[in-house]
Amino acid sequence: MIMSLDVAFSHRFAEFSLDMAFDVPEGITVMFGPSGSGKSTALRVISGLMRPDAGHVALGERALFDSATKTFLPPHKRSIGTIFQDARLFPHLTVRQNLNFGRRYAKTQLSKRDETQIIDMLGIGHLLTRRPEGLSGGEAQRVSIGRTLMAQPEMILADEPLSALDPARKGEILPYFERLRDHARVPILYVTHNPLELARLANRVVVLGQGQVLGQGRAADVLSDPALSPAVGSGALIEARVQTCHPDGLAELAVGSERLFVPSEGMDLHVGQGLRLRIPPHDVMISRHRPEGFSALNIVEGRVCGLRDMNFASVMVCLETGAGRILAQVTRRSLAALDLKDGTPCFAVIKTVAIAHDNLGFSSVQAGH
Amino acid sequence: MIGQDVLQAIAHWAGLGPDEMEAVSLSLTVAFWAALTSLPFAILTAYALARWRFAGRGLLNGLVHLPLILPPVVTGYLLLILLGPQAPVGAALGKFGIVFAFRWTGAALAAGIMGFPLMVRAIRLSIETVDRRTEEAASALGASPLAVFFRVTLPLALPGVLAGVILAFAKALGEFGATITFVSNIPGETRTLPSAIYAFLQVPGGESAALRLVAVSVILAMGALALSEYLARRMKQGGL
Repeated sequence: MIMSLDVAFSHRFAEFSLDMAFDVPEGITVMFGPSGSGKSTALRVISGLMRPDAGHVALGERALFDSATKTFLPPHKRSIGTIFQDARLFPHLTVRQNLNFGRRYAKTQLSKRDETQIIDMLGIGHLLTRRPEGLSGGEAQRVSIGRTLMAQPEMILADEPLSALDPARKGEILPYFERLRDHARVPILYVTHNPLELARLANRVVVLGQGQVLGQGRAADVLSDPALSPAVGSGALIEARVQTCHPDGLAELAVGSERLFVPSEGMDLHVGQGLRLRIPPHDVMISRHRPEGFSALNIVEGRVCGLRDMNFASVMVCLETGAGRILAQVTRRSLAALDLKDGTPCFAVIKTVAIAHDNLGFSSVQAGH
Repeated sequence: MIGQDVLQAIAHWAGLGPDEMEAVSLSLTVAFWAALTSLPFAILTAYALARWRFAGRGLLNGLVHLPLILPPVVTGYLLLILLGPQAPVGAALGKFGIVFAFRWTGAALAAGIMGFPLMVRAIRLSIETVDRRTEEAASALGASPLAVFFRVTLPLALPGVLAGVILAFAKALGEFGATITFVSNIPGETRTLPSAIYAFLQVPGGESAALRLVAVSVILAMGALALSEYLARRMKQGGL
């Protein structure tokens, strides 16, 4: 059965009104937006902590809220698991008791095998007899993910689950969400304002601003949309496959019809592996002719497919290349000097260092998923 | 009820006579039942005051605190007016065999009411410290409001519940004004520790018996205090 969350609601607060509609299919949909854009209200509406003025929320065939039929399911009947920013473990229970808390409310019995699998995936087997107060931030968050999974929700909300963690712990937790994305058969709505998390995790993106949906769609499409890019600030997202690992510390990646080189140091890359690359717009230069005698390794051919004013001095240029859509941020002066217009053929020069370790995410999804 | 051996030992040590023993034993019984039976009501009231916003919340809060502020004699007299043998409520309950006036059960009721504000306060403060976001997490895992209360809120508020029980128990041991007004001072039925001390002081040569009971009172009060401190410390270490 294919599950999908369908949300459409409007609500007026005293000084702020919201009107949004989006859907969340299986996999991770990242909800992205600055604070005050309505993210937390949307989450409260979906989880049942708030009743909006009008609209509906449906999970698959099941209506969770519908102002037309006066349907409103309370939070505990929605089968929506939430992973919070702070782990919110139960301090009076052991880790094992925390994990088991929601099991009795699940519709189906969790098999011993699934239980072991969850505990192994999160690497929390050695913590089971401990109490939450003794856990590190990263450990607590892993337990809270496990607690949500063991309740077998039909949907998962992740409310900025990494933002309370330091960068090292973030790196520790991100891979679990990647595994969740690729293996859990439920819709996951992941809220963040971190472009890195967005680029690594998203199958789909919903961009919010001032209570409205500014745009939504496949991650690669939304991230390469020059109209949305300023709001997101992430840069284009590209799915690549490792082609060759060269002995000089570079990995050669196949991206569409192009080849890109990234430093492979410290990463356990193997041939055939899928990778996600994030390309920040300010790390992309544009040249009208193929540059020669140039230190940058990654040069792809393409043509301009859109322009968007960024601010007083610079412009966002969208390029359709053999490697997919890439965004480049250039100054107005360069734009004029190069005479860039819609359809102008050109070359995008991507600084190799721009595709840094931090911007690489492991992905077992087929490119174009 | 509370180990007879222990009572005998205390009686022997303090040199208590049978009358005095009776007062101590009755006091402990009355205090035990007062604390135990008021506990569910206190938890419900504390939860309502801590978490619910409803019309009449201020009134309920005032009512709960009334026994703390009113002269105990007034509370006792109000109980008598309400539950006395001739009073409508008292007569109605009497038909079902429930009699409070001039019975030890009435002493327990008076003591329970006098200790109620203390118990509610302690439990309410404890419930207010329970993080609502932790409760939200429980309901997101599928727990109904009732399940959230019994599996999260109440266990986390346990220190306050125990403190409240012990406070109410200690208060019940020492209750005098309301008790003597409502159920009088009948040896073996309603003559609790304070009433017995009072009675002994009214008769010539009763000072030594009164003093022995004073000593027992001090020991019981200190014991209750020590127990509550011990429990509080145990719980802070997450041991309970």
